[in-house]
Amino acid sequence: MNLDQGQHKDTGPSLRRVYLDHAATTRVRPEVVTAMVNFMGEDFGNPSSIHGWGRVAREAMEQSRANVARLIGARATEIIFTSGGTEADNLAIIGVAMASRGKGKRHLITSQIEHHAVLHTCEYLEEHGFEVTYLPVDADGLVDPQDVAAAIRPDTALVTIMHGNNEVGTLEPVEDIGLVCRERGVPFHTDAVQSAGKVPIDVNAMNIDLLTLSAHKMYGPKGVGALYLRRGTRLEPLQHGGSHERKMRAGTENVPGIVGLGVAAGLAYDELAETSKTLAAMRDRLIEGLLALPNTKLNGHRTRRLPHNVNVSFRDIEGESVLLALDMNGIAASTGSACTSGSLSPSHVLMAMGNTHQDAQGSIRMTLGRDNQPEDVDYVLERMVPIVERLRLMSPLAEGTLRPRGEETPEPAAQPEGSQCACETEEEAPK
Amino acid sequence: MSETYTDQVMDHFMNPRNVGEIADADGVGQVGNPVCGDVMRIYLKLDGDRIADVKFKTFGCGAAIATSSIITELVKGKTIDEALQISNRTVADALGGLPPRKMHCSNLAADALLSAVNDYRAKQGLPPAGEVSEHDHHDGIEDLAAEDDAAETGRDAAAGEVACPSAPCTLRVSERCRQVAAPRRASKSAE
Repeated sequence: MNLDQGQHKDTGPSLRRVYLDHAATTRVRPEVVTAMVNFMGEDFGNPSSIHGWGRVAREAMEQSRANVARLIGARATEIIFTSGGTEADNLAIIGVAMASRGKGKRHLITSQIEHHAVLHTCEYLEEHGFEVTYLPVDADGLVDPQDVAAAIRPDTALVTIMHGNNEVGTLEPVEDIGLVCRERGVPFHTDAVQSAGKVPIDVNAMNIDLLTLSAHKMYGPKGVGALYLRRGTRLEPLQHGGSHERKMRAGTENVPGIVGLGVAAGLAYDELAETSKTLAAMRDRLIEGLLALPNTKLNGHRTRRLPHNVNVSFRDIEGESVLLALDMNGIAASTGSACTSGSLSPSHVLMAMGNTHQDAQGSIRMTLGRDNQPEDVDYVLERMVPIVERLRLMSPLAEGTLRPRGEETPEPAAQPEGSQCACETEEEAPK
Repeated sequence: MSETYTDQVMDHFMNPRNVGEIADADGVGQVGNPVCGDVMRIYLKLDGDRIADVKFKTFGCGAAIATSSIITELVKGKTIDEALQISNRTVADALGGLPPRKMHCSNLAADALLSAVNDYRAKQGLPPAGEVSEHDHHDGIEDLAAEDDAAETGRDAAAGEVACPSAPCTLRVSERCRQVAAPRRASKSAE
């Protein structure tokens, strides 16, 4: 959210500070910082240079490439470094679309719950003559591989379905979707920004042809990411210039950033099993504790879920007000409410899953990370109870409230789906 | 104006005044819509034409709760005529300002008050003191926000306002709302 409540922070000594927004970004690990600093100072060379300085930078960059490849079961030569997840998504989708245009392929398949880096890229291609199918999801946020199979046409250039959803944490059946695509000869891209380093990924076993990942979601620096491009997959570069990154991404490489990504990816790989287990245990306890509050529902699949993601909706209260109250208690979270998104529509992910506007407005996402302690979960649960109670006491939508005479309280039922308001009808038109 | 909530907003959000209901209220007004994320209800108890007591209940963001709270403080003890002089600008100023994209909350508060006054007047057989539907909570976004927003990038600035084109819908929606609602042109936040 944009509202900076820094100035309102309680400075009392008893305040615990709990960061539960690791899906937004993570703290760079000290090992990563140390490695990066070196490549801004002493080893500042350009990896394209022939001399010693250049060779040192080149070697470090190739080591990073190997580390990233290992994390997802790829070959080092199949990794393209980018400026982050968004660029990797753009390069994958536009790059494949442009490369297949000549063969008359003008159709793409994606889902309604993708990150905007994918959705808005697909919408951009629609404006340039491509057709896009936006597949629906079920109430848990799952894409049905059979829907993918049914949507594939002779002119389908690419299928792009995310691995782990950034909002609700649902893990899509990418193995099955990948298999469908493989059988039909259509390249398959997945945005694995949230899942890489948290759940095992093997691009070969999962039939993935292109995969996006980002450094700053796995304790690396911001501004660097990678695209996995399976050997033989045709891609047109978006950025033109020198012959960097096998001519797929021109521009002098961000060596410190790439080194940081490499160290972060290496650590993530080595610690994956243990981290994932620890996070999932905290996640499950947090979910259980929150669902003990009345009129609270879990968003996303209960078990097919990123190990660090918790997303619940509190009925009758609005997400931003919960975030503010949590922030006053030193707790950082996020919401799918319209109020914080800078728009008047709540999360497209929650709406695609069939939630009412009201449930979507009351959603809170908490994403755990390696610095969280089990005691953090206890603290959050302890603080959440009075916050939710207080806001519900204030809410005219909560039960037991005196209604104004002769007026119906606008409960969700009074707002039939797709009925009245331009906000709704436009939003619910298939994208 | 920054995107930050002032200390007054945070104070009224954390310690809202006059929360609750009045069982034998003389006037009750409700505005907003859970679809757009805020519903505000104001209860008035009158002594002659003076507001003897006022309570509110609000579903909404921090600014919605704070504007509800401050308007109850502003009107308590005033006559109805004095209370109706309170504009969205008065509400925002009393809170030390609101972030531009939260300005509609101050309109909502002023409208909830007007709606409660109208409810009271209707019971007295009097015509409404003003039209809430034409004075709805998106009114004023344009001038107030554009003014406060001059230094901003224009993402939120100059939100023109139009009636919702769907006939049965009583909402009035800002241009920005319409643009955001159309997926193709949507400008969404970072996740």
